[in-house]
Amino acid sequence: MAEFDLDSYAVITEGLTRRFGKIVAVDHVDLRIKRGEIYGFLGPNGAGKSTTIRMLCGLLDPTEGTGYVLGHDITTEPERIKEKIGYMSQRFSLYEDLTVWENLDFYASLYSVPNGVKRARIEQMIQMADLTGREGELAAHLSGGWKQRLALGCSIIHKPELLFLDEPTAGVDPVSRRNFWDLIYRLSEEGITIVATTHYMDEAEHCDSLGFIYQGRITAHGSREEIKANALKGQVIEIECQPMREATIFLETLPGVAEVVRFGNTIHVVIEEDGPLPTDVEARLTGEGLKVNRIEATIPSIEDIFVSFVGLVDRRSLRAQLRRMREGGL
Amino acid sequence: MKSRLLGMMRKEFIQMWRDRLTLGMMLFMPMFVLGIIGWAINTDVKHMPTAVFDQSRTPESRELLHAFTNSQYFNLDYHVASYEQVTRLIDSGWAKVGIIFPPDYARLLRQQRVTQVQVIVDASDPLVATSAINAANAIGQVGSLKIASETLQRSAGRVTPPTPLDVRVRAWYNPDLVSAIFIIPGLLGAILMQTVITMIALAVVRERERGTLEALIVSPLRRWELMIGKIVPNVLIAYAQMTLALAFGVWFFDIPMRGSLTLLYFLSLFFIVGTLGFGILLSTITKTQQQAMQMSYFIFVPSIYLSGVLFPIEGMPPLAKTIAYCIPLTYYLQILRGIILKGIGISYLWTHLLVLTAIGIVLITTSILRFHKKLG
Repeated sequence: MAEFDLDSYAVITEGLTRRFGKIVAVDHVDLRIKRGEIYGFLGPNGAGKSTTIRMLCGLLDPTEGTGYVLGHDITTEPERIKEKIGYMSQRFSLYEDLTVWENLDFYASLYSVPNGVKRARIEQMIQMADLTGREGELAAHLSGGWKQRLALGCSIIHKPELLFLDEPTAGVDPVSRRNFWDLIYRLSEEGITIVATTHYMDEAEHCDSLGFIYQGRITAHGSREEIKANALKGQVIEIECQPMREATIFLETLPGVAEVVRFGNTIHVVIEEDGPLPTDVEARLTGEGLKVNRIEATIPSIEDIFVSFVGLVDRRSLRAQLRRMREGGL
Repeated sequence: MKSRLLGMMRKEFIQMWRDRLTLGMMLFMPMFVLGIIGWAINTDVKHMPTAVFDQSRTPESRELLHAFTNSQYFNLDYHVASYEQVTRLIDSGWAKVGIIFPPDYARLLRQQRVTQVQVIVDASDPLVATSAINAANAIGQVGSLKIASETLQRSAGRVTPPTPLDVRVRAWYNPDLVSAIFIIPGLLGAILMQTVITMIALAVVRERERGTLEALIVSPLRRWELMIGKIVPNVLIAYAQMTLALAFGVWFFDIPMRGSLTLLYFLSLFFIVGTLGFGILLSTITKTQQQAMQMSYFIFVPSIYLSGVLFPIEGMPPLAKTIAYCIPLTYYLQILRGIILKGIGISYLWTHLLVLTAIGIVLITTSILRFHKKLG
């Protein structure tokens, strides 16, 4: 690991692997997360995001491979790592039978926040979470967004160098999600490295760097710009046409078409590099006697990009998984 | 380290205080159970319907019968004229006890010779039978000493026991023949064990269910700090529970406190800590609060039946005996009865202390090891 500058990276892993029996949850994952950046770790449920994060936090031992977090080996120095990191899980880890203040106070004592600064730190967190005046309320009585911000407060009360957020916005309304990301930006400005997992593809927009994990493997990673610029070599066109079923079946047989996905009443077609142009596609559809109402090239979404990294066979099931999660709000 | 441990304990206390229903139940449960069982035993065992076949019909026989009546354990409901009538009354369930005087009872007594009064007890209800045999035997002893103080033979009121029981030893420590006195210290130990196991197992499993355990594990909190932080508050609750139950037993059931209270509290610590260790062990093999509850009953039932709370260990088959001596409650029970009823000191109990310490160390170590700080 000598070739890496441990000081400029918050997280480095080499061949990190975790098996549960015969299942390989995380399969030789190499991560490079720079200090100070917001790193988005994306992928559908069960792809291995949480398992990776848990290994990095020292919650789980890797079956194979090595990892360094803030310069400490994850297998031999987990206790050193624990003092320096914050961790917030999607379950929020709040004591519902403790008040807002008591929760913060408890986490402050867990991380040995000195008594001299404890009070000020708790007050600061209450202010950040917009909970001023509600210090004495039981955590159970808070609604989603407040709970989430209180959980964030609990996980950063000791001013960690690195903050892990495991699906922090799961099950929270869109307004709270936006507020939450604003808070994350502020933390990032203070110099805290943020590693967030999410299955909301649109949240990738909030991150400086991204990694996409699918079936335990990293299929794409890099800065957001890099990924957007290099990832998708072809283009995406949206088509509204009648009847949809026949159109979808026909488009799938077309040479140069990588993927055909239906989103509501539009057909989303991913075209390979050197594939047909929108005008060609329109001509072919009309030639088949199908009625084309609208056809245009669009900017590929983060989802399109990530799906394009997955083998052709798996694309359909990955799309379906992502759609289910979007609709289920899970 | 100090901050973490104190924070953990403070949190546990706040949580206990917030859940006042559970706290109240834990504190008053032993009193409640002792109350019910204590009173039930008092009323059930006394006033047993008794059939008398007095072939002697002398002042001597009437005097002994009088002693039976005065004990309040026997109601002389039936005076019959034949042995067959006695057995028929017992077989049909109208009488639980039969007393039969031989025709030469008074004559033999006057000659200072051994005489026999036959007491037949319906043994189908072992609690009733034990109590009746105890009572009859004690009356017999008292009676014979009174009538023939020169005779050191204690078999004047010899019983023909349907079950071989060493009734004299028990009566010795329980001269008033109040069963509650005997059963209450045992129950106290059993209920203490049950509530302590349940309380701590639930406290840990709840953290697992709510996901807060994950937050604890990812924090710098050490495994032993987590354990101590959970154990200490529960030890205090257990002591409070024990004190309430003891006070209740002393005031309402006239439980004698013959031995040293300090010694009792000191030895109890070893039992409580070991039991808490077991509770934590239980929490590592159960995933939900419901499972933890069910598992705790799974432990409670053999403990209460095999430890000698209800039935003496001496009468058990070898396998049951072996199991009985692996159960901490067995030893704690002997400590409780020894100190409370017999007033014995540490010199009689140090082996119990050693065994409890050994079991405690094994349980706590296993649970620390089993308590995955990593979520596997």
